Amino acid sequence: MNQDTFVSRHEQTWQQFEAWLESGSSKHAGQVAIEEMQIDVPHLYRQICHHLSLARERRYSAHVVERLNDLVLQGHQRLYSARRVGMHQFNHFLFVGFPRRVRREWRLLLLSALLFYVPMVGMFFAAQVKPEIVYSVMSPGQIGQMESMYAPEAKKLGRDMRERGSADDIMMFGFYIRNNIGIGFQTFAGGLLFTLGSIFFLVFNGLHIGTAAGHLTQIGSTTPFFSFVAGHSALELTAIVLSGTAGMRLGIALLKPGRLTRLQALKIAGRQSVPLVYGAALMLVGAAFVEAFWSSTKVIEPAVKYTVGIVFWVLVLGYFLFAGVGRED
Amino acid sequence: MLDTSRSLETPEGVNLSLRIAGPVVRCYAWVIDQVIRIVAYSVLSFVLQFTGTIGMGLLLIIVFLIEWFYPVYFEVMHAGATPGKKRMGIRVMHDDGTEVGWQASLIRNLLRTADLLPFAYGFGLVSMLVSRDFKRLGDITAGTVVVYRERPTIWTDIPQATPLAPAIAMTTDEQYALLQFAERAATLTEERRNELADTLQDISGERGGMATQRLLQNANWLVGRR
Repeated sequence: MNQDTFVSRHEQTWQQFEAWLESGSSKHAGQVAIEEMQIDVPHLYRQICHHLSLARERRYSAHVVERLNDLVLQGHQRLYSARRVGMHQFNHFLFVGFPRRVRREWRLLLLSALLFYVPMVGMFFAAQVKPEIVYSVMSPGQIGQMESMYAPEAKKLGRDMRERGSADDIMMFGFYIRNNIGIGFQTFAGGLLFTLGSIFFLVFNGLHIGTAAGHLTQIGSTTPFFSFVAGHSALELTAIVLSGTAGMRLGIALLKPGRLTRLQALKIAGRQSVPLVYGAALMLVGAAFVEAFWSSTKVIEPAVKYTVGIVFWVLVLGYFLFAGVGRED
Repeated sequence: MLDTSRSLETPEGVNLSLRIAGPVVRCYAWVIDQVIRIVAYSVLSFVLQFTGTIGMGLLLIIVFLIEWFYPVYFEVMHAGATPGKKRMGIRVMHDDGTEVGWQASLIRNLLRTADLLPFAYGFGLVSMLVSRDFKRLGDITAGTVVVYRERPTIWTDIPQATPLAPAIAMTTDEQYALLQFAERAATLTEERRNELADTLQDISGERGGMATQRLLQNANWLVGRR
């Protein structure tokens, strides 16, 4: 069959399919369109696939081949694209998928936790023994700012009143969201560099937090500091460790792909690690909320804040240990 | 075919061909997106400065969302293209040719942080140059690929001419080349048309305008006009 006959014979089929593609530019309209037009889309699509193969094999002109190629490509995307995520999937993720994924990664989680907490605790005690060590981690400017934020006479905790004269809760909420979740995402992404980036951010943040805590206890700001961090510590510290775990998952896939190629291992690791990142980001939003609206207030007794902090830790640990245990997928 | 084309087999057993977008066009798209973001930030901060610290908080949250999720939103909701990509005629899709989803888009855009290192998308560029499909690290991990949406060449119908069988038997490849010449003929200048036609003297047996005419006649015959 020569080209012109081929085109004129099948033109109608192609136009029908084009019309279907046009009709449902928005995804939900697709179903309606099929019913209205009374056409068997899968059959039509397979026919056009066949036409494309024929047109290539018979070396019809590029114009015809490309037109068919476009039709098949668009059809392929419409017919095979995954459905959107619904509320049900979100709940399943929150109560089953996420905690399960975390438990499955317990080895890397432990490693990330060690990389984060060992420098933290180490620096905390080092600052007790050798107070001047603080200068090897922070600049004098940072130290001064930190001291004023947690001074016992400060009106609000954790706020630098010299710079942001009228800093208020909502503004700080925005600041924590942007800053902390950004750190979480960076800790994840850094893992792609053979885990090095994740390790760096975990150790660096561990050192920094440990030094701050150590220094502030040294200068007599123990209560302001710990009553500030108690509330959001469970969510925030755990989320950073989880971001690190997700990043390590990527890096390990490159370092130790097992029987897969590095490329395959990395793609699988990407799919496995991204739930951890979603989860960590949600936790950081929660942490930012607590940090902005609860942690900074001085109206509430430190004892109450410590209790709330412990409750948060129990909830977080309980959630990761028990949520979604024994449920079928 | 072009060396940046990539063939993809669908479940129906046909091969689709995609044209992969390279670093330069993607860089232009990024610049456009960056300009849009900077304008958005400026407008927002101008408007929100009147609302005091609450506005500042809001601004920081919006900046955070734009920073990380601007590409994700557009790629998932607008057929794989941010405004910049759309302007440059490129789009993101899964490796298997389906539309990019939340998960893949999120992975590729969060990992942008790794591509940015050590500065100015250094790792991303190296990764694009060594990988087969111009993939940056985020694309590799997410299993996505950036391709051209539109075809560059403007195809026209083969100009009508009295059909005439070619003087010699032609292989299918030769026929294909001849058809492509005929389809592009209207987009070329007369001089260029004739120059190209001159290279096919063996087939046309003519030179200059006559050669072009003869080749168009042959093309008409090949597509089946009688």
